[in-house]
Amino acid sequence: MAQGTVQNRESFLNNIAEKLGRERRRSSVEPPTYTKQPQWDIMVDYTTEQLVDVLKEQCTAIHTDVKEATIDELPAVIDDVMKEYGAEKAAVWDDLRFAEFGLTSFMERPDINIWGSAPDEDDIKITEQADVGITFSDYTLAESGTVVLMNGGGKGQSVSLLPTYYIALIPLSTIVPRMSQVTRKIHEEVQAGRRTPSCINFISGPSNSADIELNLVVGVHGPVKASYILIDDL
Amino acid sequence: MPMKIGDHSFDQRVSKGLGETHMRETVRSAQGRLHTNKSKAEEDLGNWEDWRTLSEEIRSHTLENLDYYLEQLSDNVIKNGGHVFFAETAEEANQYVKEVAVKKEAKKIIKSKSMVTEEISMNEALERAGAEVIESDLGEYILQIDDHDPPSHIVAPALHKNKEQIRETFERLKGYDKTSKPEELTQFAREQLRQEFLEADIGITGCNFAVAESGSVSLVTNEGNARLATTIPKTQISVMGMERIVPTWEELDVMVSMLCRSAVGQKLTSYVTGLSGPREEGDLDGPEEFHLVIVDNGRSNILGTAFQSALHCIRCAACINVCPVYRHVGGHSYGSIYPGPIGAVLSPLLEGYDDHKDLPYASSLCAACTDACPVKIPLHEHLIEHRRIIAEEEKKTTRGETYAMKGFSVTSSSPRLFDMATRAAPIMSSPFTKEGTIDKGPGPLKGWTDVRSFPAPEKERFRDWFKSRKKEDS
Repeated sequence: MAQGTVQNRESFLNNIAEKLGRERRRSSVEPPTYTKQPQWDIMVDYTTEQLVDVLKEQCTAIHTDVKEATIDELPAVIDDVMKEYGAEKAAVWDDLRFAEFGLTSFMERPDINIWGSAPDEDDIKITEQADVGITFSDYTLAESGTVVLMNGGGKGQSVSLLPTYYIALIPLSTIVPRMSQVTRKIHEEVQAGRRTPSCINFISGPSNSADIELNLVVGVHGPVKASYILIDDL
Repeated sequence: MPMKIGDHSFDQRVSKGLGETHMRETVRSAQGRLHTNKSKAEEDLGNWEDWRTLSEEIRSHTLENLDYYLEQLSDNVIKNGGHVFFAETAEEANQYVKEVAVKKEAKKIIKSKSMVTEEISMNEALERAGAEVIESDLGEYILQIDDHDPPSHIVAPALHKNKEQIRETFERLKGYDKTSKPEELTQFAREQLRQEFLEADIGITGCNFAVAESGSVSLVTNEGNARLATTIPKTQISVMGMERIVPTWEELDVMVSMLCRSAVGQKLTSYVTGLSGPREEGDLDGPEEFHLVIVDNGRSNILGTAFQSALHCIRCAACINVCPVYRHVGGHSYGSIYPGPIGAVLSPLLEGYDDHKDLPYASSLCAACTDACPVKIPLHEHLIEHRRIIAEEEKKTTRGETYAMKGFSVTSSSPRLFDMATRAAPIMSSPFTKEGTIDKGPGPLKGWTDVRSFPAPEKERFRDWFKSRKKEDS
């Protein structure tokens, strides 16, 4: 990737330093050790089972259906959810986990578009017409009922966004207490010199709005319904 | 839309706000619900005060080292292949965005909600350049099609409108033919806007927090419109106030956790999105070109002053949702796109006292705002400081305020005068009193009694009652 450009930086930042009444700071600034760090106390000693309970409870608050499946049951459970939604066309990630979790024949169905396989790279258009988008969760946050998607390459950000419905496949091994554990991982990746994926989504249920008299309406610009399928991979 | 909205005086705006009973009803119930949700979220989290302390420490540290973190941010954005423009003024920011639009031959621009672009009137600038600008946040969309009605709340911009008014607007301007049910209104907006997203040449977003260490922009939303605006159009422009930044992803976690809980009582909103530059090689969606515009527009003048902590604001509106003054007068009375206590602090700082000198007085100084603030901005103390500056340094205070303040301090500092004044109150007010309340008050009471009753002064004063109690006891 070619490096981008920056304009007006020096005068802008010099002015800030001047208003702060000191010289420009260009190095050796580190966040301090904060006196309180309550985020690390939350669910610190929870087992996966306990985290799953928290996640399920939270999903009732965020209007998200939860199903559970073993790896063997997974194709049938996905079909159940699709039937519930009346969904036929699906858009999915090009992600090795689909094969690992026994979904190879599911992926070969004609009404499924695997991200990146559309003629003329028309994946956005096809995905926009799909009834349901299906992705795996890279990390799952129990506290907020959130799936974290590290998009890029075969993992198109459109898949969890453009179709009418969304299904997240959640291996139990991906569950952590809260956002803190994932942002720490991202932070460590940055420190190791790796580029952050250009789009990371923290998704907690279907899209919604309360802009009209503060009445909650589920289903606005993103998916109107969402289901999580918890897969026992432990 | 500039920061200042409308040309009416503060008194005129307040009178109008007080007269809009629909709006006041909606605001009252919204405030109640938002506040209840926040309280529950605080309770669920536990250690709320520890979280506030941590958040304040993060904001203080970041602002104290703002030049360092902005340099780091911009270095990382360009490393990711994005472009950064530092804009000292609104004009510079708008000029840059206009140039990008012209270069891209953009006909249609889709926007997600952004207060800073409202502040610098970016839409108007782009429209003058010949582009169609479409707001995609549901609340902003409603306001935009209704002849650019200004926002009245920073989280729920169309809070002052009820669903019947919205139905009528959709019907009149967009051919809507269904009911005023929020579900149906929302479904209609989804259908209308989906096509716009697919056709848009440029997506413009704000920025809740930039992350310095990775050159990222985070967007905290529920509707999914900010995701659409950053997934489909080939060009993305994000505009941020220069203070909206955290050092690393670890601080982002804390600030987002606080923002979601304080704004709407959610643990996380439906979508928290971290965007780091344009799409990478092999990606088939996301923007091919990414621009970050970092806006000063008066903010640097607040650095190094007694008001610096006002820049810690994370725009959650918790202070607005507890303010008894906002509750009664509504957002438009403030005459600024930033209403409520934080608006009363910020607007005069960003635009000067001339247009906003009344705002620091739109407060009862009850300090509910300060208690509600997740990053511990001492809002009511800032308001007092504004009043002090206005009264002492700028000499812009109204005569009434001077006399009232002087009158009160003289009267209350002299036991004999205070005694006389309170003794006189029931006699002086008797012509206006009916069944124990005053409904048509004179002079300073008028503003109050136009919309509610004022209890008439008790005939027996506390002082007398207390004295006689003491006598009885002895």
